[in-house]
Amino acid sequence: MEKFALHKGLVVPLDRANVDTDAIIPKQFLKSIKRSGFGVNLFDAWRFLDVGQPGVSLSKRQPNPDFILNESRYQGASILLARKNFGCGSSREHAPWALADYGFKAVIAPSFGEIFFNNSLKNGLLPIVLSELEIDGLFHDVFGFSGFQLTVDLESQKVTTEDNAKSFNFQIDPFRKHCLLNGLDDIGLTLEHVDEIKQFEQRHKLHQPWLFN
Amino acid sequence: MLKTLYDKLWDSHVVRTEDDGTGLIYIDRHLVHEVTSPQAFEGLKLAKRRPWRVESIVATADHNTPTTDWDKGIEDPISKLQVDTLDQNIKEYGSKAYFPFLDSRQGIVHVIGPEQGATLPGMTVVCGDSHTSTHGALGCLAHGIGTSEVEHVLATQCLVQKKMKNMLVRVEGQLDAGVSAKDIALALIGKIGTAGGTGYAIEFAGPAIESLSIEGRMTLCNMAIEAGARAGMIAVDQTTIDYLRGRTFAPKGDLWDQAVSYWRSLRSDPGAIFDLMVTLNGSELIPQVTWGTSPEMVVGIDGRVPDPEQEKDIAKREGIEQALQYMGLEPNTSLTDIEVDKVFIGSCTNSRIEDIRIAAKVVSGKRVAPNVQLAMVVPGSGLVKAQAEQEGLDKIFIAAGFEWRQPGCSMCLAMNNDRLEAGERCASTSNRNFEGRQGAGGRTHLVSPAMAASAAVNGTFVDVRQILSE
Repeated sequence: MEKFALHKGLVVPLDRANVDTDAIIPKQFLKSIKRSGFGVNLFDAWRFLDVGQPGVSLSKRQPNPDFILNESRYQGASILLARKNFGCGSSREHAPWALADYGFKAVIAPSFGEIFFNNSLKNGLLPIVLSELEIDGLFHDVFGFSGFQLTVDLESQKVTTEDNAKSFNFQIDPFRKHCLLNGLDDIGLTLEHVDEIKQFEQRHKLHQPWLFN
Repeated sequence: MLKTLYDKLWDSHVVRTEDDGTGLIYIDRHLVHEVTSPQAFEGLKLAKRRPWRVESIVATADHNTPTTDWDKGIEDPISKLQVDTLDQNIKEYGSKAYFPFLDSRQGIVHVIGPEQGATLPGMTVVCGDSHTSTHGALGCLAHGIGTSEVEHVLATQCLVQKKMKNMLVRVEGQLDAGVSAKDIALALIGKIGTAGGTGYAIEFAGPAIESLSIEGRMTLCNMAIEAGARAGMIAVDQTTIDYLRGRTFAPKGDLWDQAVSYWRSLRSDPGAIFDLMVTLNGSELIPQVTWGTSPEMVVGIDGRVPDPEQEKDIAKREGIEQALQYMGLEPNTSLTDIEVDKVFIGSCTNSRIEDIRIAAKVVSGKRVAPNVQLAMVVPGSGLVKAQAEQEGLDKIFIAAGFEWRQPGCSMCLAMNNDRLEAGERCASTSNRNFEGRQGAGGRTHLVSPAMAASAAVNGTFVDVRQILSE
């Protein structure tokens, strides 16, 4: 996994609650057997006027001029500002893959779908929870100021505006933070405990032998 | 210390705990399907790793498989590649059981796991699919995981997890005939919202839950994720044990007795503390129908589509307006005035034999209404289909004008050819009414199998209790 430490980037606001993973990456794109290439179909049904199919190049699509990601002022955005329960719904990791592949490094929302939240952390996409009030303020700012940027500092767990006028603290599990800062792969970390897993397995087998039948 | 069912399941699977409380938990059953596993197997291969315990793996192809013309195979080349990739991966790495496309026991992963006795009480069960919560009906800890976690479980047999909080949902009283587990699920989500259960494991309890069959319990636990909770679960009782006896992968002989005696301990201790408690009165529950683009946008069949003008909260008002626009509905429309174009009976929520029986009972001797272009039944597995055919249920549906299909996920998420066209309105027994879920521009109303069948023969939504009493 790519390391995440400090990121400064343009913010795009997606002003609707309960954005589900079907909206983030529609089902027809889940047929891929690869992890990459989902960014061109991020928010496909909202972002384009034509119905998207796998393998159709971006140049042949009809962008929806009313969708916020298509506005010229938000081109190159790398921080998504969202509303509550972002990423609810299915467990498809294709959702964080699509967001990361599009160029997002962080998503800021008042709350997230739990599986999406976990999946994001495993792909170097930082989900940041701020309060509804703080998010409201950020929506106001991003709509009001063209080129509005934020700096996300994982080490100090802070989100800061460009002029340093506003700064917000966020929480993250120390273990997850450590993994992100160092770009650590979960599997490699877990395999450091092979002996403990084997010992557990032996005890488990004694207690519930039918599970190993 | 008094423990909840979730506490017991968690504690019996903790391999180690980090200083910040993050746990490493051992996984007993790993269910695998074609959509969320190819990248995990690829990752395993690239890292030159092998699965830790292939006997934990039970696999099937369900999301992409067609429900018609099985003799032609899978015609969509992209879908076919994904299914073939699963075939190859299982061939290369092995499994305890694999039910590939065309196998007589193939079906939706969350239907065949319990059906085969491959999910058992006391287990930890994971699958790269959010509806894995279904299996909690058998008193196990079951939840969906992402593809990175699928790879993690393959490689280590463990999962890195934070323990969830405990929520108890008590359903008092008894359900009226024609009211089902699906209605409990929808009413609960209507009450607590789609994020109400986020961060919690939900245990369902109370008289109405104890009276549910295992299949009804699966429907309810299936939709825990739509309430935001990764896991739903129900204590083991005699109904659980009776359901499991004799199933293919259930223990036999002495091991069975030993297992049953352990399973009986899988219930919350009286007086155990829950972080949150929610109560519903099952006796007052009526059939539910969703009107919007989130499962929480739901009302009873006697209700009306809400009027955004009446909503004071601006964000909620905008949400209602967006949903009504997408759904093509006017405020204050009575639910019983909404005409449907298609009816889908199927999905991991409602495609088991009892679902098919109640739907058949409703349509028996009737015809699909002229305005309904397509009404289809997609059994959850080959075995469910065979059982229904043995009971003659297929003939009842076909005589009524329904299509009787091959098993699979089908139009729940429309990864195969079964889908809604833009603007089409569907009464669906599935679990998500998100925009585009059943096809771009499609409009989904979530209901129980009995209510879907009623809508099929009536042409509009109608209280199934009215149809059954005619």
